[in-house]
Amino acid sequence: MKIAVCISQVPDTTTKVKIGSDGKSIDPSGVTFIINPYDEFAVEEALKLKEKQGGETFVLTLGKDSAKEVIRKAYAMGIEKGLLIKSETELDSYAVARNLADVLKDINADIILCGKQSIDFDNNQVGSLLAEMLGLPSISVVVGLTVEGNKVRAEREVEGGKEVVESTLPVVICAQRGLNEPRYPNLKGIMQAKSKPIEEKQPAYTQNKIEILSMSLPKPKPKGKIVGTDLSAVPELVRLLREEAKVI
Amino acid sequence: MSKVLVFVESRDNKIKNSGLEAACTATKIAGDLGSDIESLLIGSDVSKIASELSAYGIKKAFVVEDSRLEKYSTTAYSKILAEAARQREADIVILSASAMGKDLSSRVAAKLDAGLAVDCTDIKVESGNIIATRPVYAGKAYIDIKIKSPVKMFSLRPNVFKPLKTDGVVTVVEKLSVNLGDSDFGAQVKEVIVSDEKLDVTEADIVVSGGRGLKGPENYYLVEELAKVLGGASGASRAIVDAGWRPHSDQVGQTGKTVSPSLYIAIGISGAIQHLAGMSSSKCIVAINKDKDAPIFQVADYGIVGDALEIVPELTKEFKKVLSN
Repeated sequence: MKIAVCISQVPDTTTKVKIGSDGKSIDPSGVTFIINPYDEFAVEEALKLKEKQGGETFVLTLGKDSAKEVIRKAYAMGIEKGLLIKSETELDSYAVARNLADVLKDINADIILCGKQSIDFDNNQVGSLLAEMLGLPSISVVVGLTVEGNKVRAEREVEGGKEVVESTLPVVICAQRGLNEPRYPNLKGIMQAKSKPIEEKQPAYTQNKIEILSMSLPKPKPKGKIVGTDLSAVPELVRLLREEAKVI
Repeated sequence: MSKVLVFVESRDNKIKNSGLEAACTATKIAGDLGSDIESLLIGSDVSKIASELSAYGIKKAFVVEDSRLEKYSTTAYSKILAEAARQREADIVILSASAMGKDLSSRVAAKLDAGLAVDCTDIKVESGNIIATRPVYAGKAYIDIKIKSPVKMFSLRPNVFKPLKTDGVVTVVEKLSVNLGDSDFGAQVKEVIVSDEKLDVTEADIVVSGGRGLKGPENYYLVEELAKVLGGASGASRAIVDAGWRPHSDQVGQTGKTVSPSLYIAIGISGAIQHLAGMSSSKCIVAINKDKDAPIFQVADYGIVGDALEIVPELTKEFKKVLSN
């Protein structure tokens, strides 16, 4: 079985966002970059599938030279091959998906795994765009997956419940938290990942459809009111919510 | 002349609230652009509900009906929406960023070669251009964006745009024909597992969430009771999801769900930056926490410094009392 995983590099969830000098992006100074948390579930699922069914695993990412770090992380977890599509400029979801599709169309993977969204731009787009560009079915926000023969059964999260979706291989799966528990790489894996080669190529598509005009921080809220420090504050809080905030 | 097509989401032949939000917002945008507007419904039996859109200012509704469309299918629904946009020559497509909308929109964008602005929290027309505002980094920042491609798509964050009723509009309903073969049902929903009557945090107008301050999973019922009295949904911090007290689907925050209800009550939640990112756009925030220096108080409109286990039962009782009056 040929398993491909698309991953990306994002600022850590503890990042305090500061706007950069261009007014359109974040100031990266002091920011720690990590593998996108949802992509870690995708990597783990790829490894589990390989362990169960045999096959080869391959990760690809589009990003700056520093994105090699996330490929090394995937290597340390157990992925065998990696490709960096090197782009120093920020590309939108459509352009990213086009570049990934351009590589994946020649690979004929049986299953392509992605995170359901990257936690920087939260677009939720690349997996489904990619599937459409490759003419494949896709299942997004997946919290459970079984593959038997060429039959795929997935549980996807929707408002207030889950949908059970069936499809056949090849398919694109977008992973949601809850799909699995990503393994911690062991020391041997980490050491081996350091010297493993990473293939590089240039992006074939660099046209963005989305133009960012400006980035801003949410307006700071005026300081709230501490209604009290014991039970006697409860009726006053309820009164304020009804009469002042008018939300009840 | 440009034309707006709005996809109005329905489930089990009922129009979803997020679908009405999209319909009203699309009507407003079309008005500001001076464009025509048409709507689309997809399902097994949606003709009879399409006329309900008259109350929301929609004059024209196209329906695509087929028994195989009773449950959502990514491939079939995306084919229909893209086909409808082409047949109707719409260059602006608007829909909700619900679970279905998020899944559907990217595939349609690929088919139409369209730029897609996802999860918009504001959308307006400035000198003939649509400018969309959307959160990034789970709401730690916002971007204003413009779409440069000829066909433009926008998905709207649920619960942010309010559906307004209007009078005096009659919706003309017309069937639209799209050829569907078996191969168009590539990934098909076989079954829907509904959590026991649980309202989803992303759809609720009031959300009550619990964290470590509850001291143990056995006390989470306090959160559920309060949510029930208020007719809201219950959520959780990442800490208690990681600890296994609550399922992942309850998690509010950067790697969980982003919510913007009218009222958000945080119980025993300190307010880690990941959590704040997921809820700080709520209209009114109440925090109950023992630690007066907890970061949650920096975003809270109202706070009580105290033990959640003591305060919450009293708060539930008080709400019960005033709401029954």
